Amino acid sequence: MILVGVFVYGFIGNTIWTSMTDWGGSGSLALEPEKNFIGLDNYIDLFTGFLGSGFRQDLVNAVYYSVLLLAGAVGLGMFIAILLDQKPRGEDVLRTIFLYPMALSFIVSGTIWRWLLAPQGGINILPTYVGLKPMTFSWLSSQAAILVFNWQDLLRILLFMAAFILILVGLFMLRRDQGRAIGRWLIPGIVIGAFVWLFGDIIPDALFMEEEHGFNMATLGIIMATIWQYSGYTMALYLAGFNGISQDLRDAAMLDGATQVGYYRHIAIPMLKPITISAVIILSHISLKMFDLIFAMTGPDNAQTGHPALTMYLTTFRSNDFARGAAIAIVLFLIAAMFIVPYLVGQYRQRGRD
Amino acid sequence: MVRSKITPGSVFLYSILTVLALFFLMPAYMAAVTALKMPADISLPSAWELPPVFNWASFSEAIELLRPNFINSIILTICATFGSTMLGSLNGYVFSKWKFKGSDIVFTLFLFGMFIPYQVILIPLFQTLRAMNLYGGLPGLILAHIVYGLPITSLIFRNFYAQIPTALIESARLDGAGFFSIYLRIVFPLSIPGFVVTSLWQFTQIWNEFLWGICLTRHADNPITVGLAQLAGGQAVSWNLPMAGSIMAAVPVLCIYIFLGRYFIRGLLAGSVKE
Repeated sequence: MILVGVFVYGFIGNTIWTSMTDWGGSGSLALEPEKNFIGLDNYIDLFTGFLGSGFRQDLVNAVYYSVLLLAGAVGLGMFIAILLDQKPRGEDVLRTIFLYPMALSFIVSGTIWRWLLAPQGGINILPTYVGLKPMTFSWLSSQAAILVFNWQDLLRILLFMAAFILILVGLFMLRRDQGRAIGRWLIPGIVIGAFVWLFGDIIPDALFMEEEHGFNMATLGIIMATIWQYSGYTMALYLAGFNGISQDLRDAAMLDGATQVGYYRHIAIPMLKPITISAVIILSHISLKMFDLIFAMTGPDNAQTGHPALTMYLTTFRSNDFARGAAIAIVLFLIAAMFIVPYLVGQYRQRGRD
Repeated sequence: MVRSKITPGSVFLYSILTVLALFFLMPAYMAAVTALKMPADISLPSAWELPPVFNWASFSEAIELLRPNFINSIILTICATFGSTMLGSLNGYVFSKWKFKGSDIVFTLFLFGMFIPYQVILIPLFQTLRAMNLYGGLPGLILAHIVYGLPITSLIFRNFYAQIPTALIESARLDGAGFFSIYLRIVFPLSIPGFVVTSLWQFTQIWNEFLWGICLTRHADNPITVGLAQLAGGQAVSWNLPMAGSIMAAVPVLCIYIFLGRYFIRGLLAGSVKE
């Protein structure tokens, strides 16, 4: 227990300290490397400095990876689970097929997918077998990006998003509690939105030069491979959940005239909310440390597909820039903590009630 | 519920399931087909076709190349799995049957270790192992896997031991049995299924691990994932080798999955912190 205490909390502390030093460059591998305290400079450089642009693209990628992995794996996993819940023949075989990627290492699946996504082969020539033209999409090397935004506008975009969410929540609440919906959600949302829209110019730029980031098409292949690997997992979670719902409840719903779709939408899926939450937590944790897969698929070749976890490794162990690597690690850690801490606190409270 | 009639609904269900199954099997097919081709027969336009001549030599060549990594991985996985399950079981026993003041808080803090991105502890881990003279070899890697495997194994065992009635422990305590004798005589024999689940989970995780393997070991002690990544890394590789290597790296865990699937899935579900 003490070991875990030291290895987890002691080491996190140590990394925080390292991230505030200038440890790096030549001589950094010496047993007693020279380290000087430089405060938050590493972070400032990552977020605003010239050299940090790669990291900022990585962060943007990480957000897209996470969102799409979550949507894809949870969506597809739930869909397959519903299909298998119809008890088709050969259910066992199918379940085995859908779940086997989960047993594989990211390196194995990354190696195979890299070959599948090769430019003039693999997936791209599949359409030719049904008489269509081959696709010419360069899955892993594309430089094209969609949804491009200027990193300078980041603060404005974030505020817009906040306003949008506030208004959305407000509209949802409207039916339940009109007063609070308007006072707490709608009005602040509209005020923030209007303010940014009208006076956006006085909000400081997040960066001193223009820098464009977007969703890189080259990351699509990686996302596809991750979804392939993890939707079986969510399927298993949901299937276990569906099996846990009693047949009586299902029969009762059917007697009340619920359709299949209605049963899942209004009864089964809402009942499995805890499972959805665990799946989201596990998958977001996986997407944050997604290093092996990208390493195996594009490696350091295509910077457009980078991810903070990969950059952390490259900066730390290839460029020996330990301090900056530590800073990246801490950023990752903070993002992870945003998901995990509330979850663990919830779990703890639940344990207390038991 | 057995359906014998062919309805539009069931046709729809089966066709979607078939398409999905094909999508999930696609990479496995591709790996097998490519691994069995002669290097000269591998070309992008014919990637999906069956090999004209079966060439098993890729496998022997891949085995030759990856043998040291394979052996490393076996040693690593067995030692680390054993260590982390044993300690995890003791921990789980403490957290479920010898609760102390604040043990729930400690346990929650403990679980946190399971979810941190390992990048955040990588640098100090690297330094510590170096200071302990364990960097570069298997013992260091084993130690890392044991320590960071503890949160998940403790969790699985704790949930498992929650099913053992506390009355049983208490009566043993009244009979004068102590902490360890209760563990050895009562808890341990009852927890064999728990050991199976936890070991399978740990085995899979450790076998598949890559980040520590590449950061904490020197070339001679690289586990199989690192060996495979190096095999597949170059630009001008003939793809039969990496594919054969991938199959090799996947076989142990796939065997576990196929033959002990029930326990594997249970581990999977336990790993999702369901309580």
